[in-house]
Amino acid sequence: MAMAWRTLLASLLVLVAGTVALALATDDFRAYTTEGARRLEVARHPRSLPEARLQTAAGGITDLDGLRGRWLLVDFIYTRCMTYCAMQGQGFARLQRELAPQLAAGQVVLLSLSFDPGRDGPAELAAYQRRLGGTTGAGWLAARPAGAEELATLMRAFGVVALDDGFGGFVHNAAINVVDPEGRLVAVLDQDALDEARDFVLARLGS
Amino acid sequence: MKTLPQDGMWGGLLLWLVLATPAARGFLEASMSLQMLVQMPLLGLAGYLLARHLPERVRRVLASWDRGGVSGLLLAAVVSLPWMLPRLMDAALAAPWVELAKFTSLPLLIGLPLALSWPRAGLVVRGVFLMEMVATAFRVGWLYLVAPQQLCVNYLVDDQQRLGTALLVLGVLATLVLACQLMWGHPRGAALR
Repeated sequence: MAMAWRTLLASLLVLVAGTVALALATDDFRAYTTEGARRLEVARHPRSLPEARLQTAAGGITDLDGLRGRWLLVDFIYTRCMTYCAMQGQGFARLQRELAPQLAAGQVVLLSLSFDPGRDGPAELAAYQRRLGGTTGAGWLAARPAGAEELATLMRAFGVVALDDGFGGFVHNAAINVVDPEGRLVAVLDQDALDEARDFVLARLGS
Repeated sequence: MKTLPQDGMWGGLLLWLVLATPAARGFLEASMSLQMLVQMPLLGLAGYLLARHLPERVRRVLASWDRGGVSGLLLAAVVSLPWMLPRLMDAALAAPWVELAKFTSLPLLIGLPLALSWPRAGLVVRGVFLMEMVATAFRVGWLYLVAPQQLCVNYLVDDQQRLGTALLVLGVLATLVLACQLMWGHPRGAALR
């Protein structure tokens, strides 16, 4: 009889400990994927972004720090991508039209960062923006990290992972990353959540 | 369970050490299917083999808390859950402490209790455990097969779908084997008691 009670007790302990462990591993059953966890973590604890030198489509060198004081909508790209990155790029072209007043006023900047800097020079970046129906400049910066170190720093800071897709391209956790004027990553939104991204910054600009 | 041969005394430990080498980890963690269907079962097997080396005294104490194998099999089932989540399969690659947790929990909290508790379990407990395993293979396999987006940052969608298909196939095979056993008994005569 004592053995039955001990077994019951042990089983209950296993269940309780298992549930607690699962809750800890999934942020209270809210994030079952790494990407989900990244978004939850960013929303809870905005991340300060590091300094990183960037070369823009215009050819100039700028710094992520130099963009402080405005809201940034950041996506990660590689210009050879013809599938969903193209859709994402068209999304940024649309945001460029819809946020034109805020972009012109310097309150918001759209930033497309290439994680393939070896192939994406200023010419390729400018061609990418034109191909997707956007305008180089006018509040939409396309840029590549100035060096390999900057690339690694940026990808780590944003939590972006790009995998070789086996066909000469990349697969990556595409998203719209929202950076506040203090230079902190405050939200990560779905790549096609354009309205949400637009309304997110507009609400915080109070317009 | 048959009595395991005594040669290769340290088989479990050796297997564990081999799996822990950077080469084996690199190879088995390169794909989602390999990690879940080869590396994880082998880690469990390492613990299963280690169970033989537990001192008799420890076995007796454990047995007194494990009537009919219930708590041991429950432990194995509960611990296996988190390791099927895409988040933890990713984290095992990125965070050393998660990898360490995987390398300790799979042998010691799944393989070892399985080895100790399975012989104690009767038909009903075994039946419930096996059905739950089959159901889990179907659930997780289905999830990985139909999820439209890439669930792991480290593994591609086609890898994820291969794993899903493999889990469904394993689920079907296990169901067939179990059904045959129920109808015709165990091929070697040691039918589920």
